[in-house]
Order: sequence, then structure tokens, then C-alpha cells
Amino acid sequence: MKTDDLIALLSTNVEPVDRNAVVRTLSVAIIGATVAALGIAFAGLGFRPDLTTTRALIYLAIKLAFAIGIVGLAMIYLMRLARPGGERMMSPFVIAVPFLAVVILAAISLWSAPPLYWERMIVGEEWLECLLSIPIIAIVPFAISIWAVRKAAPTNLARAGAFAGLVAGGLSAMAYALHCTDDSLPFIALWYGGTIVLCTIAGAALGPRLLRW
Amino acid sequence: MTDLEIELKALMLASLRGDPASHRALLDRLSRRLRAYYKGKLGVVGRGVVEAEDLVQEAILAIHLKRHTYDPREPLTPWIHAIARYKLIDFLRRNRASPAEVPIDDADDVMAHDDNADAESTYDVRRLMQRLPKGMQCAIEAVKLDGLTVAEAARRCGLSEPGVKVNIHRGLKALAALIARETQT
Repeated sequence: MKTDDLIALLSTNVEPVDRNAVVRTLSVAIIGATVAALGIAFAGLGFRPDLTTTRALIYLAIKLAFAIGIVGLAMIYLMRLARPGGERMMSPFVIAVPFLAVVILAAISLWSAPPLYWERMIVGEEWLECLLSIPIIAIVPFAISIWAVRKAAPTNLARAGAFAGLVAGGLSAMAYALHCTDDSLPFIALWYGGTIVLCTIAGAALGPRLLRW
Repeated sequence: MTDLEIELKALMLASLRGDPASHRALLDRLSRRLRAYYKGKLGVVGRGVVEAEDLVQEAILAIHLKRHTYDPREPLTPWIHAIARYKLIDFLRRNRASPAEVPIDDADDVMAHDDNADAESTYDVRRLMQRLPKGMQCAIEAVKLDGLTVAEAARRCGLSEPGVKVNIHRGLKALAALIARETQT
């Protein structure tokens, strides 16, 4: 077939195009992914029973701020990465800011506590549950994010996959925070931060296979 | 901003509004630039004119199918570059050519040269279309090849009007996938 014939075929009866399609699809996806993460966390683990105490609320707020900060930043990048050439328009290091902030806060909180408490602050009571729950809860949000990015046209598949993983990991951490009763900054930095990074690495590894178009 | 960018972006914006003449002019201009680019790249690994033409058509289909991902606030040329390069890398990987043999540089100018020597590609769209589900086949034939309106096509194919549009979109996507498989040598 000649290229001219193909162009003629494609140009017959063209429809107007919705220019907001990418942003809208990704927005719908993030809402769906949030609902899914909250639903799975609630059904599988339940929310923490002491949610009315001040201490619990403060730590819940810290965890949510960390997770929502990551999701917000990651979404901005994902919206760009979903479009051809979007990877040129960004320096991915801004995304390290929430991680750095929580690590610095964790270091300050360790430094101001007696070393006797360090182990409990770092390991907490439910580190294994946290290590397993965040990646597992992230699976459905990850699938939804990948679906949305596939509707667009990423040209750096590993990076787009990584940011889809980061969004999913952040949403999952947000949902898990409603259950988790380990209230210490070192715990959040290590187990929340660590598992979200794991989700990101998994996304980067899966991106080239899942996002090809 | 170059004259070419201004001219092509104006065509792109009109084409996004649904203007067929602009869409055609845009794809026509782009196909010449892409042809020169791909011939230059594939020439390095001793691949021929026909394969370059396959790639031109893959890229044109991709530009058509993914035109909703163009952000009108951004210049058009980098968007085209990204698609052209992505399809080249994908083609090389499918054909197990080492990407190291074909230097793909961010600074490469896809739009640098013009080549209007239209050639036949290795596949035949009408033949490939027979592999599509009936609804998609009928919708594409009616609207895209015979030039019927969506309402007329809906009557001919026994589909609703939105159904015709969905079938055309899915059909072209499926066709692009078939072409990609077909051009695997």
C-alpha cells in the first residue's frame, strides 16, 4: 500500500479530538485507584481503632501528608510522561523531596530520643505487615494507572512505568496509614518510604512490557 | 520557532478540530520528513527503502491514533520527534537489529529533510483488514474507504452511530498492531 493511500484513508471523515482526553483519563484513574486502595485496605485490614486520640491523629496526618505529597508530585510527572516526549520536560529529582523530608525528620527524632528506644522506633510492631501490605494493596491501583497511561502514548516506558508504580505505592501507603498503629517517624521513613520505592522499581521493570504501543 | 513549526502546528490545531483537509496536509508533510529520516537511519544498517516506507506508515498511523496526546500549549515538533524515534527504536528491537548500529540521538532532526518518493510498503491494508472483526471492517470500509457519513455507515453495518466511531478507532488500532507484526522480518 502506498503511503498516500493510507493518508487518504486516515483523512476521510476525521472526527474532532478531545484535547483533554489524557488529563481526564488519568484523573478518572487516580480517583478509581484511590477508592480501590481504600476499599482493599479497609476490607482486608480495617482501620485503626484509636483514630479519635490526638496522638493517633497527628501520626495519621504525617503519614497521609507524606503519601499524598508523593502521589501529587508523581501524578504531575505521570501526566507529562504519558505524552510523547514528556520525559524531556522534567528533572525527576524533585520527586525525592518528600522522601528526603521524611528521612531528615526521622533522623531528628532518633537523635532526640535515647538509643534505648531506637530499635522500637525503627522496627515498630508491625514492620512485616507494612512491608507486605503496601505492595499488595498497590497492585490494583498500579493496574488502573497502567491502563490510563496506555490510553496515552508514553515514549519512555521504564520511566512512565516507574511513576505509575510510585503513584500506586503512594496511594497504597495512604490507605495503609489508616490501619497502621506504628507511630514513629523512623518507621514511616523506612517501611513506608522503602515499600513505595519498591513499588517504583517494580513499575520501572514492568513498564517496557506493559506500556508498549 | 521555525516557519515549519508554525505551519505544522497550525495544521495540527485545525486537524484536532476535525478539519479533514488540514489533517491530510499535515500527514502528507510529515510523511515526507519521516521518509527522509527513516531512509537515512535504516540505510546505516543496510535496510531498504521498503522497510523505511513501512516505518513511515507505522509512524503516520501512530500520529493519527495518538493525536489526542498532543498538548496544544507545547510546540509540535518535539512531539513528532518523540513518536518518530519511539517507532524507530521499536522497529529495531522487533527486528533484532542492535540499536548500537543505528545512532539515535536526541539532537537528530527528524524534520531536516524532505523526501516525496512515495513507495509501496510490504503489506496490503485491504488484506490485513480482512483479519479484523466484521464490525470494525465494515465501519472502516464504509467511512474511511468509501467516504460515507457515520450515519450512513451505521445503517450499512447495522451499528449505532457511536458504535461506528468506536469500531473505526479500535479497528485502526488493531490494524496498526497487525502492521507492526507484519513488518517483523
